[in-house]
Amino acid sequence: MSNGGRPMVQIEQVSKRFGNVAAVDDVSLNIAANEFFALLGPSGCGKTTLLRMLAGFEQPTGGRILIDGEDMATVPPNRRPVNMVFQSYAVFPHMTVADNVAYGLKVVGVPAGEIGPRVEQALAMVRLEGFGGRRPDQLSGGQRQRVALARALIKRPKVLLLDEPLSALDRKLREEMQLELVRLQQAVGITFVIVTHDQEEALSMADRIAVMDKGKMLQVAPPQELYEAPNCQMVADFIGKMNLVSGRVTGAEGTRLTIETSGLGTFELDRGYVPKGEVGIAIRPEKIQLLRDKPNGELIAWPGKIAQLAYFGDSSNIYVELESGLRIACTRANQSRQDSVAFKVGDPCWVAWQPGDYLLLDS
Amino acid sequence: MESWRQQPLVFWIFILPGGLWLLLFFMAPLALVWLFSFGERAGVIGIEITGTLANYWEALEPLYLGLFWKSLWIAAIATLATLIVSFPVALAVSFASRQMKPILLLLVILPFWTNLLIRTYAMIAVLRTNGYINYGLEGVWNGVSAATATVGLGALPAFQPLTLLYNNTAVIIGIVYIYLPFMVLPLYATLERLDRSFLEASLDLGAGQWRTFFNVVVPLAKAGIISGIILVFIPALGTFLISDLLGGPDSQLIGNVIERQFKAANNWPLGAAMSFLLMYVTFAVLALRSMFMNRDV
Repeated sequence: MSNGGRPMVQIEQVSKRFGNVAAVDDVSLNIAANEFFALLGPSGCGKTTLLRMLAGFEQPTGGRILIDGEDMATVPPNRRPVNMVFQSYAVFPHMTVADNVAYGLKVVGVPAGEIGPRVEQALAMVRLEGFGGRRPDQLSGGQRQRVALARALIKRPKVLLLDEPLSALDRKLREEMQLELVRLQQAVGITFVIVTHDQEEALSMADRIAVMDKGKMLQVAPPQELYEAPNCQMVADFIGKMNLVSGRVTGAEGTRLTIETSGLGTFELDRGYVPKGEVGIAIRPEKIQLLRDKPNGELIAWPGKIAQLAYFGDSSNIYVELESGLRIACTRANQSRQDSVAFKVGDPCWVAWQPGDYLLLDS
Repeated sequence: MESWRQQPLVFWIFILPGGLWLLLFFMAPLALVWLFSFGERAGVIGIEITGTLANYWEALEPLYLGLFWKSLWIAAIATLATLIVSFPVALAVSFASRQMKPILLLLVILPFWTNLLIRTYAMIAVLRTNGYINYGLEGVWNGVSAATATVGLGALPAFQPLTLLYNNTAVIIGIVYIYLPFMVLPLYATLERLDRSFLEASLDLGAGQWRTFFNVVVPLAKAGIISGIILVFIPALGTFLISDLLGGPDSQLIGNVIERQFKAANNWPLGAAMSFLLMYVTFAVLALRSMFMNRDV
């Protein structure tokens, strides 16, 4: 892209109010060209409204949106350089697959001779060669999804918007389509903006993820940073599983803090800044070791007993009740066939982790 | 439902009152009229069923055939006009806010609560030479006339009221007015169920509002359009009250002729034959519909 490093999508202090409810509240965001960007959040967090504002189906009540440097305020949906894949796919039931894919070219007067080959090419891209003559009701959900993709991509948009595109597919197909979407995005070199409430989907596909809640943008970061360094309790809790305890800063020596927690005692922590008042202390379940005996060395260790086991096949969640009454979840990979029977409910055990695995979160 | 099927007695108790009613007051008279159509007049009130086809030959004479043809045309034009008027209404109602929808639907249905005869007479008050439309036009005309007079262009000639009543146009206007709800309601029902994302997808793919309307909305509303056409066309084809009250001397439709055979002319066999010919046309329309609906659903 020869746009001099300018972001493909610029969202500047955008708000959308319905009555006195702010669906999107003062959101600012840049999305780079060729980026695979995910808007992630629980339902009703405003992510779909934001996507619909990019498409032009909703008008912001404040702020502005620029796509490839052009202000979209007065540009209607049919003149925007974006195309959308709808949650319901919205494949026209009264047209064949080929007519659906050709629709976006026909309506803007692309010569008929050019349409045919481009439709073929678009169907090949989504691996639907030979499906052109079928009617949508003869297709499976996954195939309809591909038609919707081909129909949008044939327009060669600057940005492709995807609204919960995989939510209607079953688990296996969904994982297949996740890989497929990433492959497509790399092949066509178009900016993808995907809306999803599925964190796994976002983590596995996106270059960067924006987490939204109640209309606010909480954190924008690459998947690994979002997972390992969430910037608030909401993000920490929403992405993956998390052991979260509340704590209080009782002393500070520079940025070296003394933190008193409910259930994990008092300890010192240095994260390079001084938070105010209440804080959250968090540890990912998979960072916790489960041991029979008290470990030696650097590890922080607490005794407890097994309270509950949940077996998932590839891994198990084991809930340990500490003597303070705090319940700690830890995830163990079931690396050997016998492993999962090692602990039983009621067994005494130790949980242990590296001091560096603590997350310090503002509340 | 399953347990109902195992109880034939319940089924019969439920079906019997309505079934008997239809049998006694619909099927039996219909069969009687069908028999009359093969009969001859005997005396003032008697009809002798002779199995003659003479009534049908008479009904197919050029004079009546012309009236059949004209009735078909008037009904077709009126149905098309009703469709054109109703589509925006149905579209507006389906896009209205949740609070407005019931109010707008009520406004569409409201005329139903008034007697057909009274509604048709009301149309006379609107359309006649000194009716409300001509009053309104006269007011505008006089206003323009006064304006031209003041700016020195001289007054316009006196207003000539339009002849809106007692002609075929009046009959068509009447049919559109009376049968509008029959078109609006099925259209609304289909449009209401139409997934909005189809419209958004069309806009998103670069189509304007008009293209979206003709390429997406109309094809997807086909079921409602066909239902509406049937519901308006069939009664419009047999109408006699509207053409009687609003039409002129040349606005006689087949419905009027049939009515006259049964009443003034006292020729029931001919009226019966004409009625059944009309019913066969209706069947043909219905057959056409099921062909359309089956083709690609």
